[in-house]
Amino acid sequence: MFQFIVRRLFQLIPVLLGVTILVFSLMHLSPGNPAHIIAGESAPESTVQQIEERLGLNDPIPVQYANFLKDVVTLDFGNSWRTSLPVSTELWPKFWVTFELAIYSTIFSIFLGLIAGIISAVRQYSVADVSIMLVALFGLSMPNFWLGLMLMQWFSINLGWLPPTGWGTPEQIIMPVFTLGTMGAAVIARMTRSSMLDVITQDYIRTARAKGLKEKVVIYRHALKNALIPVVTVVGLQFGGLLAGAVLTESVFAINGMGKLVVDRILARDFPVVQAAVLVMAVVFVFVNLIVDVSYKFLNKRIDLD
Amino acid sequence: MSEEIILDVKDLRTSFFVDDFEVKAVDGVSFKLPKGKTIGIVGESGSGKSITALSILRLLEKPGKIVGGEINFKGNDLTKASEQEIRSIRGNEISMIFQEPMTSLNPVYTVGQQIRETLKVHQGLGKEQGMEKGVELLKLVGIPSPQERIKQYPHELSGGMRQRVMIAMALACNPELLIADEPTTALDVTIQAQILELINELQEELGMSVIMITHDMGVVAETCDYVAVMYGGKVVEYADVKTIFKDPKHPYTVGLLNSIPRHDIDVDELEPIRGSVPSPKNMPNGCRFAPRCPFATDLCMEELPDLGDVSDENLVRCWIYSERWDGDPEVKEHGPKRTT
Ligand SMILES: Nc1ncnc2c1ncn2[C@@H]1O[C@H](COP(=O)(O)OP(=O)(O)OP(=O)(O)O)[C@@H](O)[C@H]1O
Ligand code: SF4
Ligand SMILES: [Mg+2]
Repeated sequence: MFQFIVRRLFQLIPVLLGVTILVFSLMHLSPGNPAHIIAGESAPESTVQQIEERLGLNDPIPVQYANFLKDVVTLDFGNSWRTSLPVSTELWPKFWVTFELAIYSTIFSIFLGLIAGIISAVRQYSVADVSIMLVALFGLSMPNFWLGLMLMQWFSINLGWLPPTGWGTPEQIIMPVFTLGTMGAAVIARMTRSSMLDVITQDYIRTARAKGLKEKVVIYRHALKNALIPVVTVVGLQFGGLLAGAVLTESVFAINGMGKLVVDRILARDFPVVQAAVLVMAVVFVFVNLIVDVSYKFLNKRIDLD
Repeated sequence: MSEEIILDVKDLRTSFFVDDFEVKAVDGVSFKLPKGKTIGIVGESGSGKSITALSILRLLEKPGKIVGGEINFKGNDLTKASEQEIRSIRGNEISMIFQEPMTSLNPVYTVGQQIRETLKVHQGLGKEQGMEKGVELLKLVGIPSPQERIKQYPHELSGGMRQRVMIAMALACNPELLIADEPTTALDVTIQAQILELINELQEELGMSVIMITHDMGVVAETCDYVAVMYGGKVVEYADVKTIFKDPKHPYTVGLLNSIPRHDIDVDELEPIRGSVPSPKNMPNGCRFAPRCPFATDLCMEELPDLGDVSDENLVRCWIYSERWDGDPEVKEHGPKRTT
């Protein structure tokens, strides 16, 4: 297991290298001269040139990329071109907000999705099953910004129970997490249901019953662990979508997180902040997938560790 | 029979309810099993053998249901037992091993974990005692280096090894009755012989009663004391093993015997039974075997014969042996012939 993790960590290097090239090219190939934007509309040409010189924008592209890579390796992204604050000072507070949003939403969707999926499977075709699957279909087809706006309409404006915007207090957390986690919960519920239904008809479930185990033990110890194997993969895939969804959710609830930061700074051509932000997101995504792979192997003993 | 009867199945009926239609998979099966003996349940695929076995432990899956009859185990009717009572019997007093060794063990738990589980539920053994007993059981069923094997996952074992593990698990609580549902069908011939021998030995050692389900008359000859031949969800002949081989009465039993390969005859002379098992959805009204029976008469087509005494040894469900037989008197005189 340990060897497997180390090997996977090494495999991350080319992936992350690819990400740096992608981020770098996207920023440098898109139109709009950052020096112009920084200097302002009416600044004289000489100021613009000065700024270009200072930021190294006149260096050949490969040199600029090499400098960027050096920043990445030393984990020092310099200062923002927009605010002159160190990139890390700009990034971390926003990162934590988004990270919290993503984590809470993931936990929410796993919990809700698993419970709903298990109930559905164990009582296939019952009223509970049919209603759960109907709600899940709804959750799946509803764009999350729209869900967010509806929640806000009801719980903030009509009922006045929850604050419409912001992040931090428990009341502020409820709606964004619900908004962002619903889609994942729906996907996980459906996946859990079909996976459970598949597992329940397996021969080893009959063996478990034939041993004289309680039905609860049969379901939770023997069926669920097998049923979770495909679900884990889905959770991993969901997380990628979740990061993207977080950007939308943040803008609906005016949450000051990574999403807002990245959008603002792309417009401002603040290369260091954007590059660092995208890179951090990529690293998180890649690590989540590593965790998923590891738990997959942990659950599924049939897979050899290589 | 003066021996103690451990299992007495009376007129068992089990049906599957599919789209408002009742599929009578087991349709009035009766047999008695004396303590310490082995009864074979024989018949072609689809004759209701597995469903009979699953009914005994009430392991039927929806839409299957026991719709009638009694299953008396040590004087206790299992069809009426509560969920809790039947759970305390499963894996404890009555154990079962299945047709599919490759898929009957849970892939995500080790052999040891799965054996220990049974010991824990019924005997309250903790981890260490369970492990010790587990190793002992693996040794008992002839698994080499049990100390290592017990820590392995099912996918690390061959089919024969897995079936041994299943047997070890089934024997964990010294059951009084072992139901073996075609325990060797999925295995290589050499492994088959080993597993059967193992079950035979263990039965003698532990004094278990065994229900041996098979479609192979060869297996019956090697393992059984009594035989119930099933066809179309019904028992068509019941007798002790000697009688079945020496003096079979039912044309279907004779057909089964004629289709066993024997070393002294050429394979070309084998006579497989013509046609195939009727599907429970369109069972013939009369004798279930009539469409395939070489002796069938109008009476056979129209009316179902009862399972009745034909001699002191055989119970047979066939018109040939009744007063009303309207076919060739010659057949009545000599019975259907074995050709092998
Ligand atoms: N889940 C089910 N739904 C409907 N009918 C079923 C179901 N399971 C079994 N049956 C019916 O019960 C009949 C008997 O099945 P059973 O499994 O007892 O056969 P068997 O004698 O064990 O055959 P085999 O040698 O193939 O194991 C089958 O022919 C089938 O029509
Ligand atoms: S009752 Fe008739 S059809 Fe059925 S086995 Fe006997 S002779 Fe054949
Ligand atoms: Mg069967």
